[in-house]
Amino acid sequence: MNEPEKEKIKALIFCVKSLCHRLPEPVNLMEVCGTHTVAIYRSGIKQILCHKTRLISGPGCPVCVTPNELVDKAIWYALQSHTIVATFGDMFKVPGSYSSLAEAKTKGGKVQLTYSPLEALELAKRNPEERVVFLGVGFETTAPLVASAILKAKEHNLSNFMVLCGHKTIPQALEKIANNPFLNLQGLILPGHVSCIIGKNPYEFLAQDCNLRGVISGFEPGDILESICLLYKQIVEGRCEIEVQYRRAVSPEGNQEALAVLERVFTSSDSEWRGLGIIANSGLSIREEFSNWDADLVYPAQIGKPIQHKGCICGAVITGLKEPEECSLFGDTCNPEHPVGPCMVSSEGTCGTHFLYQAREIENESPVHP
Amino acid sequence: MCLGVPAKVKKIEGEWGWLDVNQLLLKINLSLVPGVKIGDYVIIHAGFAIQKLSAEEGESTLELFKQILEIDEK
Repeated sequence: MNEPEKEKIKALIFCVKSLCHRLPEPVNLMEVCGTHTVAIYRSGIKQILCHKTRLISGPGCPVCVTPNELVDKAIWYALQSHTIVATFGDMFKVPGSYSSLAEAKTKGGKVQLTYSPLEALELAKRNPEERVVFLGVGFETTAPLVASAILKAKEHNLSNFMVLCGHKTIPQALEKIANNPFLNLQGLILPGHVSCIIGKNPYEFLAQDCNLRGVISGFEPGDILESICLLYKQIVEGRCEIEVQYRRAVSPEGNQEALAVLERVFTSSDSEWRGLGIIANSGLSIREEFSNWDADLVYPAQIGKPIQHKGCICGAVITGLKEPEECSLFGDTCNPEHPVGPCMVSSEGTCGTHFLYQAREIENESPVHP
Repeated sequence: MCLGVPAKVKKIEGEWGWLDVNQLLLKINLSLVPGVKIGDYVIIHAGFAIQKLSAEEGESTLELFKQILEIDEK
């Protein structure tokens, strides 16, 4: 970190501390996005905040909110002949009802990790005798890219590529969070990269109708500190607004090109979120025009009723109602090597983050023996 | 999962760009950021550029700091 950056961080820490003392009463703030959770733990921001602030991790980890049913379907596809499941690495070890894609691969299932949906498209082109099912998981950041891949598949008349669609949209889930009286939130740190696509406007209802303020934040430690300052400032001044800290990447109207592609291929539908249940219009389904690339229609998976893992409280962790440490499985039965729930698998999952950074804290605190 | 990485556009060929990510040159799809030029900074996610980065920043933090100081002095 260079000198000007150090000075900026020092100034921001001063602002955070100064404003924190002026808070009229203790506040609950939620960082919605899993990438923010990791950045907050990694940078030590949690230690800077005064006792008046509780930071709660929210539902912005796509892996964590994906229900077992979708994972079960992906596993079923992986075990069929002439079928390859292409997925982002994040989903590979996520347990479904009975096993994971990683386990399916050890049983001979074909699973290919891809960095981009376009890689899955190339995989389909190179393997015309195989079906390639891309596991479409992610929020508005990712959905336009998968939509682009579907448009290209149509353009090239690629019939062996299809998408198992589990995409979700953030604002509808936030409405449910905002209206949860048990959370008693005073502010949201809103996701920066979802907002690159959707912009600021779709969050305005939170301030106007739900009386919940928010700041769209970047991911550098300085960005997050500034966002917390902006939230504190609003609270101290009694304002309730949606502000943008991540101005270098987020405009009020978002990325119009990406939104047009998303709108062209997907239509909104009800969707099930782990921990939040079914939320109206919070999911994206493939439009009828592109049904030839919709795995659920072209080649429906035959799976049983999904089951939940006994004792796993991922649902309550995702919604901020419980801390990972309150789970009887945490760190013992459930750890990153042997995850029971998705929050422990994902690098951005709250349980995984707590496990990793708590272990480091204990390590740092332990006395050094000569 | 919504991880985005800032990168500089070094070369453009149709809808594809060669982008410098920490001195690694990656081939990235630019179709979602029309009008992007060589030398621009973008955020990349899963093989696509998802937004152009603007230079606007910096001043705001300083401004915020000044405001806090003013409140403190009152």
